[in-house]
Amino acid sequence: MSRTGTDRVKRGMAEMQKGGVIMDVVNAEQAKIAEEAGAVAVMALERVPADIRAAGGVARMADPTIVEEVMNAVSIPVMAKARIGHVVEARVLESLGVDYIDESEVLTPADEIYHIKKNDYTVPFVCGCRNLGEATRRIGEGASMLRTKGEPGTGNIVEAVRHMREVQSQIRQVVSLSDDELMTYAKDHGAPYELLLQIKEEGRLPVVNFAAGGIATPADAALMMQLGADGVFVGSGIFKSNNPQKFARAIVEATTHYDDYKLIGELSKDLGTAMKGMEMSTLTESDRMQDRSQ
Amino acid sequence: MMKIGVLGLQGAVREHVRSIEESGAEGIVVKRIEQLDEIDGLIIPGGESTTMRRLIDKYHFLEPLQAFGKSGKPIFGTCAGLILLATNVQGRDTSHLGLMNMKVERNAFGRQRESFEAELEIKGVADDFEAVFIRAPYIAEVGEGASVLAQYQDKIVAAQEGHYLACAFHPELTDDHRLTAHFVKMVEESKKSLAC
Repeated sequence: MSRTGTDRVKRGMAEMQKGGVIMDVVNAEQAKIAEEAGAVAVMALERVPADIRAAGGVARMADPTIVEEVMNAVSIPVMAKARIGHVVEARVLESLGVDYIDESEVLTPADEIYHIKKNDYTVPFVCGCRNLGEATRRIGEGASMLRTKGEPGTGNIVEAVRHMREVQSQIRQVVSLSDDELMTYAKDHGAPYELLLQIKEEGRLPVVNFAAGGIATPADAALMMQLGADGVFVGSGIFKSNNPQKFARAIVEATTHYDDYKLIGELSKDLGTAMKGMEMSTLTESDRMQDRSQ
Repeated sequence: MMKIGVLGLQGAVREHVRSIEESGAEGIVVKRIEQLDEIDGLIIPGGESTTMRRLIDKYHFLEPLQAFGKSGKPIFGTCAGLILLATNVQGRDTSHLGLMNMKVERNAFGRQRESFEAELEIKGVADDFEAVFIRAPYIAEVGEGASVLAQYQDKIVAAQEGHYLACAFHPELTDDHRLTAHFVKMVEESKKSLAC
């Protein structure tokens, strides 16, 4: 008897992406550039986060035509984003056959309180997190993969660094807690106790955790890997640079060899101009996508 | 102690290292060509075969990996690794490493939502192996001299040809180390015979 949609099958899919780069694309042509450059998967979108920011208004699931166009263009896995809490967008994406759904704060949330109950789905989900509380709540809801939220579409790595450091440091903290301290920690952080117990025993998250939200250069990608990311998502960083092919290849290589500084130096030579980027203090409260869910 | 490498360009590397160590050998992550000289056998892990191939080319791994196999040292390919080992990949004019005589089909069981786990009989290894298939390939045909180790719904999902071993599923994602142990034994035997 075969079983589909099990935790092992859903989490295992993310395990296969480790050490790789997942790239945002908006059409077949970009998807092919990403695949050619060595991306392990692509995220099919109507607009990359920087353009979502610029456009304003409500950002929704992409037109299924675009998702299908991308699925037909490449043989690597295709992911797509659904709005937080939007069970119908998620079911539609599942029925299209996408390989992973990102329940994403990059889109305008459909539900400001509840996330999707993701363990009901056959397709696996990835969700954003800023700390261990958010990470474990998402796993509790059924996320099979995590990523830092960072601050999408800014080309500024500072928030992704903050979130990765926070998660890693809280894992170390949990490992060092005594059993009788764990329940209070669970209460204080809104973290499911059983998951904390598992993290304490294994010394790591039970799912893969990628970096996302602000990666714009090969050095940024390598930095996130050194901070403990299992891989990276690059949203606007590739197709908002002035040489997508070159940036895509260089970021893939820097992610593989994140501790080879000479190589990263070579990769960074004559790359062209990275996406412009934004300083965090210029964002208003409503500009901050990372605050859209907890 | 035997040293078994895991090609560490991309994919489920850590899990294989753990499985090798549970099977009583030393596991080494191989990221550079020179490291191939230090090891007695190699596992090519699951991941994205197109990504791995690009990195193999970029770092000039192709010929050294082929030479490693032709020297008689065992190689075990899982999922993407199986695709890289095959002499014939459906839909491609050329093979990747082209070391193991078989024809394979990529993503042959469908997309991620069709990914599954099932209990398998693996000849000489286990009759109740929990196998995890993720966007898995299968082996459409094996060449002469290769033996079929496991089938799922009439599709070949594990095979061995001399010192090459390949499977379409992910033994590294479970705590069942019997197939890895089988490979470790292959490495042990080859080390003895290569030393003679």
